[in-house]
Amino acid sequence: MTSLPSLPTPKKLGLVIDLDVCVGCHACVISCKEWNTGGYGAALSDQHPYGADVSGTFLNRIHTFEVVPEGGQVIGEAGEARIVHFPKSCLHCEDAPCVTVCPTGASYKRAEDGIVLVDEDKCIGCGLCAWSCAYGAREMDLAAGVMKKCTLCIDRIYNETLREIDRVPSCVRTCPANARHYGDLGDPTSEVSRMVAERGGFDLMPEQGTRPTNKYLPPRPRKPLAASAGPAVLAENTDGAKGFFAWLDGMLDRI
Amino acid sequence: MHPAPSVIIFTTMSGLGYGLAAVLGLGLLDPSAVAVRAAHVLALMLIAGGLLASTRHLGNPQRAWRALSQWRSSWLSREGVMALATFVPLTISAWMSVIEGRHVPLAGWISTAMCAATVYCTAMIYASLRSIQAWNTPLTPLCYLLFATAGGLLLATVVAFASGGPGSLLSVPALLAVVGAWVAKQAWWTRLRTLAPISTPETATGLGHIGRVRLFERPHVNENYLTREMGFKVARKHAVKLSKLAVLVGGALPVLLLLAALLAGNGGLAIIAAVLAVLFYAVGLVTERWLFFAEARHAVMNYYGG
Amino acid sequence: MTSEPRMALSEPVSDEVRKTTCYMCACRCGIDVHLKDGKVRYIEGNRDHPVNRGVLCAKGSAGIMQHYAPARLRAPLLRTGPRGSGEFKEISWDEALSLATEWLDGVRQSDPKKLAFFTGRDQSQSLTGFWAQQFGTPNYAAHGGFCSVNMAAAGIMTIGGAFWEFGAPDWDRTKLFVMFGVAEDHDSNPIKIGISKLKKRGARFVSVNPVRTGYSAVADNWIGIRPGTDGLLILSLVHELLKARRIDVDYIVRYSNATWLVIDAPGTGEHRLFLRDKDGKVQVHETVTEQVVPLGSPGARAGLYGRVELPDGRSAVPAFQLLAEKYLDPEYAPEAVARETGVPAETIRGLAAEIGRVAFDEAISIDQPWTDVNGQRHQSYLGRPVSFHAMRGLSAHSNGFQTARALHMLQVLIGAVDCPGGFRFEPPYPKPTAAHPTPHGKAEHFGSNKPLSGPHLGFPRGPEDLLVDPEGRPMRIDKAFSWDAPISAHGLMHMVIANAHAGDPYPIDLMFLYMANMAWNSSMNTAGVIKMLEDKDPATGDYRIPKIIYSDAYSSEMVAYADLILPDTTYLERHDCISMLDRPISEPDAVQDAIRWPVVEPDRDVRGFQTVLLDLGARLKLPGFADNHGKPLYKDYADYIVRHERRPGIGPLAGFRGSSGDRTGRGASNPEQLQRYIENGSFFSAHIPLEAQFFKHANQAYQDFAVRMGFFDTPQPVTFQLYQETLQKFRLSAEGLREPLAPETHRTRILESFDPLPCWYRPFEEAAVSASEFPYHAITQRPAAMYHSWGSMNAWLRQIHTRNALYVPGPICDELGLASGDWVWVISHHGRIKVEIARMEAVNSSTIWTWNAIGKREGAWALDRDAPEARKGFLMNHLIHELLPPKGDGLRWSNSDPITGQAAWYDLRVRIEMAESGEVSEPHFAAVAPARPHADELRYGQEWTK
Ligand SMILES: Nc1nc2c(c(=O)[nH]1)N[C@H]1C(S)=C(S)[C@@H](COP(=O)(O)OP(=O)(O)OC[C@H]3O[C@@H](n4cnc5c(=O)[nH]c(N)nc54)[C@H](O)[C@@H]3O)O[C@H]1N2
Ligand SMILES: Nc1nc2c(c(=O)[nH]1)N[C@H]1C(S)=C(S)[C@@H](COP(=O)(O)OP(=O)(O)OC[C@H]3O[C@@H](n4cnc5c(=O)[nH]c(N)nc54)[C@H](O)[C@@H]3O)O[C@H]1N2
Ligand code: SF4
Ligand code: SF4
Ligand code: SF4
Ligand code: SF4
Ligand code: SF4
Ligand SMILES: [Mo]
Repeated sequence: MTSLPSLPTPKKLGLVIDLDVCVGCHACVISCKEWNTGGYGAALSDQHPYGADVSGTFLNRIHTFEVVPEGGQVIGEAGEARIVHFPKSCLHCEDAPCVTVCPTGASYKRAEDGIVLVDEDKCIGCGLCAWSCAYGAREMDLAAGVMKKCTLCIDRIYNETLREIDRVPSCVRTCPANARHYGDLGDPTSEVSRMVAERGGFDLMPEQGTRPTNKYLPPRPRKPLAASAGPAVLAENTDGAKGFFAWLDGMLDRI
Repeated sequence: MHPAPSVIIFTTMSGLGYGLAAVLGLGLLDPSAVAVRAAHVLALMLIAGGLLASTRHLGNPQRAWRALSQWRSSWLSREGVMALATFVPLTISAWMSVIEGRHVPLAGWISTAMCAATVYCTAMIYASLRSIQAWNTPLTPLCYLLFATAGGLLLATVVAFASGGPGSLLSVPALLAVVGAWVAKQAWWTRLRTLAPISTPETATGLGHIGRVRLFERPHVNENYLTREMGFKVARKHAVKLSKLAVLVGGALPVLLLLAALLAGNGGLAIIAAVLAVLFYAVGLVTERWLFFAEARHAVMNYYGG
Repeated sequence: MTSEPRMALSEPVSDEVRKTTCYMCACRCGIDVHLKDGKVRYIEGNRDHPVNRGVLCAKGSAGIMQHYAPARLRAPLLRTGPRGSGEFKEISWDEALSLATEWLDGVRQSDPKKLAFFTGRDQSQSLTGFWAQQFGTPNYAAHGGFCSVNMAAAGIMTIGGAFWEFGAPDWDRTKLFVMFGVAEDHDSNPIKIGISKLKKRGARFVSVNPVRTGYSAVADNWIGIRPGTDGLLILSLVHELLKARRIDVDYIVRYSNATWLVIDAPGTGEHRLFLRDKDGKVQVHETVTEQVVPLGSPGARAGLYGRVELPDGRSAVPAFQLLAEKYLDPEYAPEAVARETGVPAETIRGLAAEIGRVAFDEAISIDQPWTDVNGQRHQSYLGRPVSFHAMRGLSAHSNGFQTARALHMLQVLIGAVDCPGGFRFEPPYPKPTAAHPTPHGKAEHFGSNKPLSGPHLGFPRGPEDLLVDPEGRPMRIDKAFSWDAPISAHGLMHMVIANAHAGDPYPIDLMFLYMANMAWNSSMNTAGVIKMLEDKDPATGDYRIPKIIYSDAYSSEMVAYADLILPDTTYLERHDCISMLDRPISEPDAVQDAIRWPVVEPDRDVRGFQTVLLDLGARLKLPGFADNHGKPLYKDYADYIVRHERRPGIGPLAGFRGSSGDRTGRGASNPEQLQRYIENGSFFSAHIPLEAQFFKHANQAYQDFAVRMGFFDTPQPVTFQLYQETLQKFRLSAEGLREPLAPETHRTRILESFDPLPCWYRPFEEAAVSASEFPYHAITQRPAAMYHSWGSMNAWLRQIHTRNALYVPGPICDELGLASGDWVWVISHHGRIKVEIARMEAVNSSTIWTWNAIGKREGAWALDRDAPEARKGFLMNHLIHELLPPKGDGLRWSNSDPITGQAAWYDLRVRIEMAESGEVSEPHFAAVAPARPHADELRYGQEWTK
């Protein structure tokens, strides 16, 4: 199963992440953890949970970047630095190197919907797939010795015991800012595809040749407030209180 | 990349083993000589030891056999398959030499070819990873092959001297291989150190159109699996120093010692010189391998400010 | 190709879902708790819940780890070692409650004010306040004084409601949203949901904040203001709007006191008070007949300007004239404030222009006839789709009250309060100040063994309502409602320990605290407070604060300083009530309250604090808690929630009242009430009819609705108080013109700050220290994934913020030669801390900041001794003093707003000096508790995987 599906998958399920509204709250991080630690595959363990070197397995993490305009397109107030919160989980790449490097066939890309998964019963925990992923989307669970990654919440999206509306990934359902969207990116008419088209959704590290399914929506262009200042908006007499009260008179007459 | 001892031991030991086995496979040495018989065993031990070490870093080594299944796509799988397959001609060659004291050319030549192929597969595990630009070059397998060859020839030189074989004859190709390996490595390093990264924080985030991108806060403050595994960083200053040391110890010294052995003729001195050459070479090789990992920057570090 | 593995994709998530209310913070979202084998499998947002509509924040999702944290207390504890040693023995509840009763009863019999009962982040204040009142101590308050009373008091005194918990922007309609000084807020999920709605609609979102993280990071425009200067910025906006005539004249005439006549009689005790007739009715100037008539006279067209001469020789002007004259002054011009605020004049002008443009050129309307309280019929609701929100960035300053007043004034001037697209009230607000009680706690209000004669907290109408003795000395231990902080509507929890330690105004015997980490992150001058808690009177060998009872659920830093610990349950194990009598979860369109109920059984010897409090009340035989025979009135808190009545027919919960559960607001108690709540997802929601949804302050249908619901017994419309007469009364006292006179010592301060029209003055600490010695501002921000100190015991959350760095602006780094990872000393007038820095560009260039309350004390929270929280994490609190530096007048003023007493956390001024790099941030304190055993690896949920 290590080979990628020979034909393009009929569906390309994935996420669209809107960098214009992600406030970096980490809600999706913890929701993902709690859903997945009792669900698909081994629990997501934490080492030294109350100690100095605490660390654990997470399938989704939020990075925070600072961007300083430097002759590039300025989209904040002119010249100002800005913070961009950056959620990252598996991008379910079409040319997923993590799949082809896997020696055991544990890593595979589903032919039906393109979801990239690890069959933990086969995984020997060699870590090569994590090495091959430029995005850092795979983390070895140190307790189970198997590779963990975003499953696109496959045990939610096809779960018939859930209400239809809840058959979405845990991170998507919980995101308070609605920055995460789930859908079929293979269907140009789907809501996520339309969003990508409208907002100029882009790939992360296209030069890696992985052709990610997940897309990111860029921060929207912004207009400085100073642009609204314009010339004084005053039509009438501007000389202080007197002129103002004269205007008031006129206004009061109209009431 | 984290220079994990298990992986360094694996690549260096098995490299030396395959190199030695490959030279033995050529049948240049007297198969019935004690030293040659021992060399066959040594080669197998080096290979097996290296492979064993490589399983040390597996999360679930008991399922290691599964790694043989994906030879169609995975270089790691191919490496596993090749390693196992190579044992067949190698065992035959070793058996013939150790028990029967003879060289079976067919088995030997096949061994040699398969050893080379295995080393190539090992190298390709690394060279095929686009995410680690330092490795992602044909120079990587070239280096691996040359280092294995040089190591094999060096070891074989010792064996030749010890078995009264054509030590002086072997030391010349050994010398050339050592020089070749380090020349190739130098090219590898030059490439690495002048490399423009294909992936940057800007391409990793897609925010380059706004400006210069810099990690502000890590997702989690402490280290995680990714930063431990791929966030290893060695200061460039140290790397350059270490690489010079590696060339000196693993290249210049063995060359000088080989020359000394050549001059010393076939006696004990030559053996000692050759053994020292091997030892220095091994130290240089381990340093080189350590740097191979330590100097390689993984694209994921664009997300972790590394 | 081999076939893909087959998977079971339709596994049921859990055995059972129980719906309750989150309490990982005060936002109070609805949660679906999935239980499997009796354990919590998964917590998700309740889709039907009006607060969070299905979403959940990081803390909410991490409830599992909060609930199973090793830091949880296990049984009542009695201190055995010295305070701070963390040495305790476990005792039984019987012992604990008898001891507590003995201590409490002693105080109540002798001198009830010797009990100080302060309850931190309490969500049951209607119970705890009632209990304290029945006990009879004047010394009760919750956390509002150190939190955001400036916001609450300014909002209530100006428009009858506040941003803080009692209002929200009209997220669905607003077109311009301006947020001041908010990092997370109490409304954290609704704000995130709201921001995303704005983005979707293409509405503009402006954030005014020195730091560009979180919400500010996604704002369309970021104004990186210099801390403490928002008042100037806002008044400059007002200046621009007045100049541009972008004022909703009709609105202010109808709904505000703009037309009310203000007496002009300098040197008299009535100067600048409202002109009233014999019946106390305020007067306006009728411009057609040129008469002075009572407000509301039929057909009168009240003037907004013009001096009227009064028959008694005095004169009067409408309040609005004073307002307009004041703010049209060029001192408020954008150019004039640009330097002080650090905001370019063009930006201020642009923002003002946008506010004016959107409010007036993009006005909206909803076609719904309605009737105002004057009986006038309107065909539609006119909306000014500009809304604002603000929190502690404005209020945690010593000029915060006036700044918050300024912002509320701005909203009124453009007609954007409770209209479509503006800021909207959430029931039971709006409520005029007059509908709030005055504070109780004067000597005549209490005595041994009897209840306090009225509620502790409220709004003084003037100096006559202060809780001071005839010499003007404070009556309360926290000095609330004294000349120090006359309108401290929420008390001053941050002063209690310092005052009790100093015996000023008097010593106390017993301090009873609940849910407040006073020995750590909720105190200023943390090291000093720790000393005060440990300090003994050398004469007697007793602690200066003799007895401390504390209820916590976790082994926080404070636990080590208490003598008796009453361990609480977690929020998943107890009944709770988010009550209409307190701070409910209403939305602008709906009246809402909620409960918690035990969705899992406690597995240890802990009890819900409210139940314990009821038990103590009964043991003390307090009226309202025990009957005439001394028998407990309530079995437990659940019983109280259902049966307690504050006024006939009005209890803690508004929903499912009446014997059949069909009454809302008012109605007999319903034994099935809690069951009905549980079936409904643990909340109750009653929609406000559309004709009552807007202009609630003046909407007859809403007022009638409010009376029906039992918020008040008669309609209580609100007239917006642009001009605040109460403040002027204090000024007159300070001028020596009006009884009671302000003490000499307080006069200048009052004159400078109690302006009846919003004003700006320099924050006290900034004014007191030298700008060259302490050139930078230092502030903190709430991290989204942590709630104060409660997150570090949580294995998942603590990984996000295991330690905090000090963020230093690039220009300062360059000037001082600093780089990320360097260590520095941060020095204030009061103390110094040594911490690791990180560079940042997206921040006001004179402001350094860090995440709040990540630093922990070694040994607390059941973390290992070498936990990064204790070694590298740090608190800014060590630099902040509860008092201002001495001024040479022999007095040390409290570091608080002079009007409300709100702690001025964000006034801090510092300098930075390069330090040797270190392993441990300083100050570092000795471990506070013995180490606790815990697992070295967690595999939560492993048993459920196959
Ligand atoms: N530097 C700086 N300091 C600040 C602030 C700031 O902005 N900067 N902000 C201030 C503000 S606004 C506030 S509100 C305070 C907050 O300060 P606190 O209210 O003191 O903060 P918490 O850390 O929430 O502490 C509350 C205590 O409640 C306990 N607790 C948690 N759950 C339960 C429970 O279910 N039952 C019981 N009985 N106890 C429980 C916790 O263990 C903790 O010990 O901090 C103030 N301190
Ligand atoms: N996740 C989470 N949520 C919480 C809490 C928590 O601990 N964690 N605590 C709860 C509590 S008790 C409270 S009181 C609320 C507080 O909610 P917020 O008021 O949102 O909390 P703060 O972190 O104090 O945020 C103050 C903001 O004001 C900015 N600021 C500081 N000084 C100034 C100034 O002079 N002008 C302006 N314009 N901005 C300024 C700071 O940079 C910061 O962004 O949050 C509540 N919600
Ligand atoms: S993001 Fe990484 S793990 Fe996911 S499919 Fe792409 S390469 Fe594989
Ligand atoms: S860690 Fe597991 S999934 Fe990854 S390459 Fe190795 S065997 Fe495949
Ligand atoms: S889709 Fe599921 S597994 Fe993937 S990041 Fe979201 S919650 Fe985690
Ligand atoms: S939950 Fe949404 S807003 Fe919060 S960090 Fe994740 S993607 Fe961003
Ligand atoms: S905001 Fe988060 S922690 Fe607060 S109540 Fe809602 S879900 Fe719970
Ligand atoms: Mo607060």
